[in-house]
Amino acid sequence: MASLALMACGSNDPDTGRDTAEPGSSAAAQSDAKVGLAFDVGGRGDKSFNDSAVAGLDKAKAEFGFESEELSPNASGSDRGDNLRQLAEDGFNPVIAVGFAFAESLQAVATDFPDTTFLIVDDASVKSPNVKALLFAEEQGSFLVGAAAALKSKTGNVGYIGGVETPLLKKFEAGFVAGAKQVKPDIKTQVKYLSQPPDFSGFGAPDKGKETANGMYDAGADVVYAAAGGSGVGVFQSALAKKTLAIGVDSDQYESVGDPTLQPVILTSMLKRVDVAVYESLQKFLNEEELPAESVFDLSTDGVGYSTSGGFVDDISTQLEELKGKIISGEIKVPTTP
Amino acid sequence: MSLLTEERQEPVPVAPTPSRFDPRRLLLAVAAPLLAALVALAVSSVALIASGSNPFTVYARMLSEGTTLRSLLITVNNAVPLYLSALAVALGFRMGLFNIGVQGQYQLAALLAAAAGAAVTLPGPLHIAFVIVVAMAVGALWAGVAGVLKTARGVSEVISTIMLNVIAGGLAAYLLTTYLQERVEGSNNSRTPLLPESARLPDLDGLLLAVGIEPPQGTRLGGFLVVAIVVGVLYALVVSRSRFGFELRATGLNPSAAVAAGVDAKRMTVVTMLLSGAIAGMVGLPQLLGQSYSYGLDFQTGLGFTGIGVALLGRGSPVGIAFAALLFAFLERSSATLQRIDVPTEIYVIMQGSIVLSVVVAYEAVRRAGVAQAERAVRRATEPGAAVDA
Repeated sequence: MASLALMACGSNDPDTGRDTAEPGSSAAAQSDAKVGLAFDVGGRGDKSFNDSAVAGLDKAKAEFGFESEELSPNASGSDRGDNLRQLAEDGFNPVIAVGFAFAESLQAVATDFPDTTFLIVDDASVKSPNVKALLFAEEQGSFLVGAAAALKSKTGNVGYIGGVETPLLKKFEAGFVAGAKQVKPDIKTQVKYLSQPPDFSGFGAPDKGKETANGMYDAGADVVYAAAGGSGVGVFQSALAKKTLAIGVDSDQYESVGDPTLQPVILTSMLKRVDVAVYESLQKFLNEEELPAESVFDLSTDGVGYSTSGGFVDDISTQLEELKGKIISGEIKVPTTP
Repeated sequence: MSLLTEERQEPVPVAPTPSRFDPRRLLLAVAAPLLAALVALAVSSVALIASGSNPFTVYARMLSEGTTLRSLLITVNNAVPLYLSALAVALGFRMGLFNIGVQGQYQLAALLAAAAGAAVTLPGPLHIAFVIVVAMAVGALWAGVAGVLKTARGVSEVISTIMLNVIAGGLAAYLLTTYLQERVEGSNNSRTPLLPESARLPDLDGLLLAVGIEPPQGTRLGGFLVVAIVVGVLYALVVSRSRFGFELRATGLNPSAAVAAGVDAKRMTVVTMLLSGAIAGMVGLPQLLGQSYSYGLDFQTGLGFTGIGVALLGRGSPVGIAFAALLFAFLERSSATLQRIDVPTEIYVIMQGSIVLSVVVAYEAVRRAGVAQAERAVRRATEPGAAVDA
């Protein structure tokens, strides 16, 4: 058992040299921690959720100079648990599981590795003292971009496109619709999802995003919120063609979209700061602070929010900030289910 | 289905067996897999070099990490659903039916079997058998729709099974997120209620220990392997030793000749689709009965499509498919290894694809070479002066 783990580590070190921070690249002392990160299907490069987690990891790495390793599952997702186990066995601690789908396998792995700390994004169902949940109030951020959409809409008609019809994405939908209705009670909202679970292709299908958005714009919408990961680009393209507006998700897509012609259609983005959550958790862990069993990232801690790049929401920022204040104070309760 | 052993003589179309020993034909038989392996290795190596890696180091790492006890157990576990999926596809292939719908058949089957299994109370082995039967029945019925459409309306099963995949996916998602789901506090997953203890399939770790192998912590040998082996043996018996199997192969070889010989083509189509669907219904069971005990958003996906590749690679024989499933599972397992040495993980998909392609192409090339050889032999024998030559 132990020899297997040792062998795996030993043979692994030279090869992961590329992953290790360059010596001297940071003034901070080199940490001897090893941080493992397990992606869900899709993995690095989705310009959205997963990349946000990597950004947090990279930021912490630049500061603390630790070794890290990332693993993506195979196409069917059958080896999610194996990947977690592999990282734990190779001595990575903490191990970050990006996505709720890890919950089931994490339960078993966390029991087998009681000395390893596991961080899981978007799930609070794993009950184990060494598992720390990173949770987000996505409905709050979505509420604000919903309000922004309604304030900017001239047709009184806005749309929501979810990547995959899961309970998590329903939370985005609930917040968005509630926010739009908050500022314009008689507004018309259209809701569509790109794929049905367990088919998660809706997070990586720009063509479907484009088609669905075309349909919504043709039906009268002039602002569409794309909570659809990599499919969002298709929605932006549709908005450009139809001379309408769209809203991004997770990261500031005005900055990350990579195509300057699409920037003018991105009204704002709902920020879900997985990067902040990962970075702050790693910071605490490396400073040997105790991590809470559940960390909730919401408007009050800027764990969720909306982006202002491009300056398209500057004229309505007072209204948005007012709503934000009301949510933080508890005056407005945002629903989590549609 | 009576066993008519006297009808078993004619060779399987895909893997011709020589009636008498002929060194040239033997050479051809060995040439095909060898050629395929070489071509696949060459294509994979080119992909690796293009991505900036040394193919030999990569292969060495894949072998050394892929043959640890843990990797081998995981490979076998992951091969089981691929094997069942490929068997379902291969059964249809035998009579020229393309069941592209294994994906939808197993999704719907696993979901309904999970829900039914959690809803009833039965003693141990009966409970497991009940879940298996429900899964097979659902898979069979869903595939049967395509069979009936083909016989009654002439709808190509390729089109209808693809369409049925989409419907099954939507239906399963709808049922899962409405009637069949049990919400878990703090979870973003939707899943069916967990199967009770009595419906959980024991693993084979006891068997491993009995032969002196201690499985590594957290990795088990799934119990569904036994079921898969039984299904494989039954498949072989039915296809090669039964009247149904004979009619199946006869229809696949020459449909009009089979009909002329009294084979009821419509009945054969429906029955084959039902059987294929029943096998497909079991694809999700290794995970359901042995690992997750529920069907949820995180259920394994894509096994139906991978199964088509495995069936092509296995060339229709249960043993060939077993090896093909193990090879695919081995390559999948190596995706973790590839990532650890900074090789793009998509390489393993390229390897799978190039292996299937080169096998198909190699066998076709060898078949043509064989035909050409036979033609030459006939020409030589019939040409004037042939007798002198001989």
